[in-house]
Amino acid sequence: MITQIPRRPWTQRWHVKPIAWTILIVVLLVTSSHMTGVDVAMFFTNFGQFTDLLMRMSQPAWDYLPVIIRPLYETIQMAILGTTIGAALAIPFSVLAASNLVHNRWLRGGIRLVLDLVRTLPDLLLAAIFVAIFGIGSTAGVVTLAIFSFGMVSKLFYEVIETIDMGPLEALESAGANQLTIIWYAVLPQILNQFVSYFLYTLEINVRASTVLGYLGAGGIGVFLQRSLNEFNYSQTAVIILATLVVVMVIDGVSNHLRRVLL
Amino acid sequence: MQTTISKKPLTMTFWHRWRWLLWLVVVAVIYLWAVTGLHFTGLQGSAAAVSRSIVHGLVQPDWSYVYNGSGEDLVSLILQTLAIAFLGTFISALISVPFAFWAARSQHDWRHVRSGSGKVVLTLIRTFPEIVLAIMFIKAVGPGSYAGVLAVSIHSIGMLGKLFSEAIENMDRGADEAVVSAGGNGAQVFVLATLPTILPEFISYTLYRFEIAVRSASILGMVGAGGIGTPMIFAIQTRNWPRVGIILLGIVLMVLLIDSLSEQLRKRLI
Repeated sequence: MITQIPRRPWTQRWHVKPIAWTILIVVLLVTSSHMTGVDVAMFFTNFGQFTDLLMRMSQPAWDYLPVIIRPLYETIQMAILGTTIGAALAIPFSVLAASNLVHNRWLRGGIRLVLDLVRTLPDLLLAAIFVAIFGIGSTAGVVTLAIFSFGMVSKLFYEVIETIDMGPLEALESAGANQLTIIWYAVLPQILNQFVSYFLYTLEINVRASTVLGYLGAGGIGVFLQRSLNEFNYSQTAVIILATLVVVMVIDGVSNHLRRVLL
Repeated sequence: MQTTISKKPLTMTFWHRWRWLLWLVVVAVIYLWAVTGLHFTGLQGSAAAVSRSIVHGLVQPDWSYVYNGSGEDLVSLILQTLAIAFLGTFISALISVPFAFWAARSQHDWRHVRSGSGKVVLTLIRTFPEIVLAIMFIKAVGPGSYAGVLAVSIHSIGMLGKLFSEAIENMDRGADEAVVSAGGNGAQVFVLATLPTILPEFISYTLYRFEIAVRSASILGMVGAGGIGTPMIFAIQTRNWPRVGIILLGIVLMVLLIDSLSEQLRKRLI
């Protein structure tokens, strides 16, 4: 039995941890603002230029709209193809990375390491490299989106596979089915809906990503975005951004609706 | 004995049976549109040679670039990238709090005009491309990492505000009600009950967003907003593949390190 009030340890009484965290964050803030050359006063003295830019963007040149319809379609087409190729590639990898299907630790670890490495690369960086390989055009965009969605989808997919009910698998196994039959009849029906849902989610992200890929020459609406920005034609930039916004919102809405129906 | 089946379930069955065909046609049409609409440029003649030199550059990176004390080397620029992401995320987290309370739907609210308008504003911010934001800030404060910080801090509001507002909507209101029933006023409820309840989730989401900000800070340099992206795009444009190799290696290591660090911290928080 405890007869006296427990005493708080020294570190708690003097709030060592919160103080240390605060000092660390303040030091990090000061060093990073020093490194990035943050100058609050400059922001406000130059704020006029920024508002001027916004003013020019607030008068969209609507007659530019017919010009950008085709690249907008191209952007969506790039996203659809890229996501499909990426997801198709991701399926075998996600099966191999799932801990309940593959019991070989080294194979699984190796595959996961590759997937982790692919996921670290930002989309625009991939685009810059693939434009160098495939040349300027939508092929580079499709390949970029395929690699980018491959990394993301395979992680989502193997996490889904790891949550499945192992009962049907064991039933088929005990009936003497081979690996392929097990995957087709026991694994696939359990994961199909979630796969499609994640596929649509990735498509949403890719539609957003593909609108800027063209900035580096990888096709789609981004090419026009870069052109209008380089020509300081901000009223055209505004039209492009607004049109992109509408497309992204429509795709998001359709995809969200379908995902709600699926799950 | 014969049982009769009413007509209605039968037609339902028909629809259920053949629904997949409709979906198949829809999906086929979409893919047909996507494949025929895209103009495939095909492989360039130099594609194989370029790929080979990329792989060669990746295998034999330019190690001398790692650190040379000029301030333009890999280590200093990676640190600058992290600084952009850290500062941008910190500022954005502070700005996101009022936005989150604006967009959060509370139980007492019958009309959702406030919450709805807040959600629309956050969606608009989220959809505005970060690259364009960076270019706009470059016009305002000149090229460099300061523009990157501003771009990250504004763009992140869209996602952080959404995540924060969802945290507020799902929070446990017990502590709020306890302070109210003890006679606390609005400010006291906020400081003593609301804030301590949601703070761990806010910090966790901020760390998650920091992971994303590190990735975007490393590409913002491609348009001139500071960080590792600037030498990266120069190296790609001048076909300096050993340099590209070492920068890629640096980015991959940085992202892996930050991701695992942030994951550790988040695991301890919640």
